[in-house]
Amino acid sequence: MDKIEKNLLKQIADIEKTPMGAYNIRENGKLSARNTTANIDIVTKKDKPGIDIIIKPNTKNESVHIPVILTQGGLNDLVYNDFYIGENADVVIVAGCGIHNSTCDTAQHDGIHTFHLAKGAKIKYIEKHYGEGEGTGERILNPQTIINLDENASMEMESVQIKGVTSTVRETYANMKKGSSLVISERIMTTGKQTAKTVFDVNLDGEDSSVHVASRSVAEDDSLQEFISNVKGNAKCFGHVECDAIIMGNGRVISDPKIEANNVDASLIHEAAIGKIAGEQLIKLMTLGLTEKEAEEQIINGFLK
Amino acid sequence: MLELKDICFSRDNKNILKNVNLEIDNNKMVVITGPNGSGKSTLAKIIMGIENPDSGKIVFDGKDITNLSITERAKMGIGFAFQQPVRFKGLTVRDLIEISAGSSSIKVCDACDVLADVGLCAQEYLNREVNGGLSGGELKRIEIAMLAAKKSKLTIFDEPEAGIDLWSFNNLISVFEKMHDDIKGSIVIISHQERILNIADEIVLISNGKVEKHGPREEMLSQIFNKVKPCHKLEKNEKCNEGRA
Ligand SMILES: Nc1ncnc2c1ncn2[C@@H]1O[C@H](COP(=O)(O)OP(=O)(O)OP(=O)(O)O)[C@@H](O)[C@H]1O
Ligand SMILES: [Mg+2]
Repeated sequence: MDKIEKNLLKQIADIEKTPMGAYNIRENGKLSARNTTANIDIVTKKDKPGIDIIIKPNTKNESVHIPVILTQGGLNDLVYNDFYIGENADVVIVAGCGIHNSTCDTAQHDGIHTFHLAKGAKIKYIEKHYGEGEGTGERILNPQTIINLDENASMEMESVQIKGVTSTVRETYANMKKGSSLVISERIMTTGKQTAKTVFDVNLDGEDSSVHVASRSVAEDDSLQEFISNVKGNAKCFGHVECDAIIMGNGRVISDPKIEANNVDASLIHEAAIGKIAGEQLIKLMTLGLTEKEAEEQIINGFLK
Repeated sequence: MLELKDICFSRDNKNILKNVNLEIDNNKMVVITGPNGSGKSTLAKIIMGIENPDSGKIVFDGKDITNLSITERAKMGIGFAFQQPVRFKGLTVRDLIEISAGSSSIKVCDACDVLADVGLCAQEYLNREVNGGLSGGELKRIEIAMLAAKKSKLTIFDEPEAGIDLWSFNNLISVFEKMHDDIKGSIVIISHQERILNIADEIVLISNGKVEKHGPREEMLSQIFNKVKPCHKLEKNEKCNEGRA
């Protein structure tokens, strides 16, 4: 693996050396390295590109890394990854895609991730997207996450896209049974002429299911972001969607929230705020000795942390 | 250390500060007091560079700073704790104390010390976001802790006691005394509180956009409590009510 590839891995998966535990590294559309453990199996799909990740019931304190890196332009990589998490397992899954495109052709990765959490299973899922490269070729990432939570299962999803992705459409669908819980935190930053569109579609089907979506984003320069959410409360449940955006330069953000209570005991909240950095925040940091530019950076970094 | 010469400031056809002349000496604890709306906060903002005077001159440490930016003044050693602290989505108490101290290398124990001084348990607060989740009094204490970490030659506190509970009042006063001893700089406190007036070396009385009186504490205290009640605003309001009746 060369320097570019190592840096991509570090950016998206915090991996400097070979990761601990189970992993599957995909490079330019092909398998590059894989490790399985006694409790975590990774199997290449036969009918389409992608892998099945099978985690045995009661597996605890283990992790799976499945990074994807693209360093060639003109490649359109589509994969289907299915996760089967056994009852009462409690694991961390780190996915992510890094593109280094120094060509003038488009490099694209569309990952379709489907999670099946059995009763009482718990996962933390971290997904980072990152793009770089001197080429004029576009860097496109269209992740789709489909989440099926059985009774009392819980999932925490952290999704981050900080730099360099020309265009992205990120869709997340969740179907939630009794007592299940889902917490999603999303951080997006777009610059230049980039576009990012996020869709959250959540069905709170089971009694006492709950979802919390917190999206924070920054749209700089001429970039455009769209946030669409639709949370359906079909039982006694709780849903909270929070969407905060900072706009700079000619950045634009469209927020289109929808909450739908189909049961009298459903409690749903949506909060959305879009605006530029408050002047008094800049002034406060300047009185502490920062320049306006430094103050802006601190505020943005803190906001996206 | 600081000299204001003939400062005038008006907005919306209203003269908010009228030929203000004021000198703050080295190593002094000065309390500025005066009726609501008399121009105290405006004066503080002018010293910090947040507002610019229409005319007049500001000299700090022998240097004319009238045209310097907020950042330049902050770097020269002027600090200002806001009357209404600013909230930040995303920045933590620790971030703000680090920025105040001017480096991310401030030791965790030093950050804890400044928090302890304002009566906040560091463990509980260091990693909290300075957002709407904090109470008014907590925000006020964090604001003071930031200035204690900044260690400026001249620090202005705008009504630091507002929203701080009675029990903590004595601790708050010891924060100012400790800062005064440690930094050997000057502290200017804008306040309406007698107990704060009592720790001043000097008191400045501002009324209606002017420095009405400026002198040593003892001299000023007797004058303030004899003469200035009731304030001019109340008188106006009374007339107003009469007119309506
Ligand atoms: N930018 C501005 N535009 C218009 N009026 C202003 C502006 N800034 C201050 N004022 C007015 O100037 C006057 C002085 O305000 P300032 O905040 O300095 O008073 P203060 O002495 O600090 O009062 P308080 O004790 O209530 O804090 C007020 O009447 C206020 O409404
Ligand atoms: Mg004021």
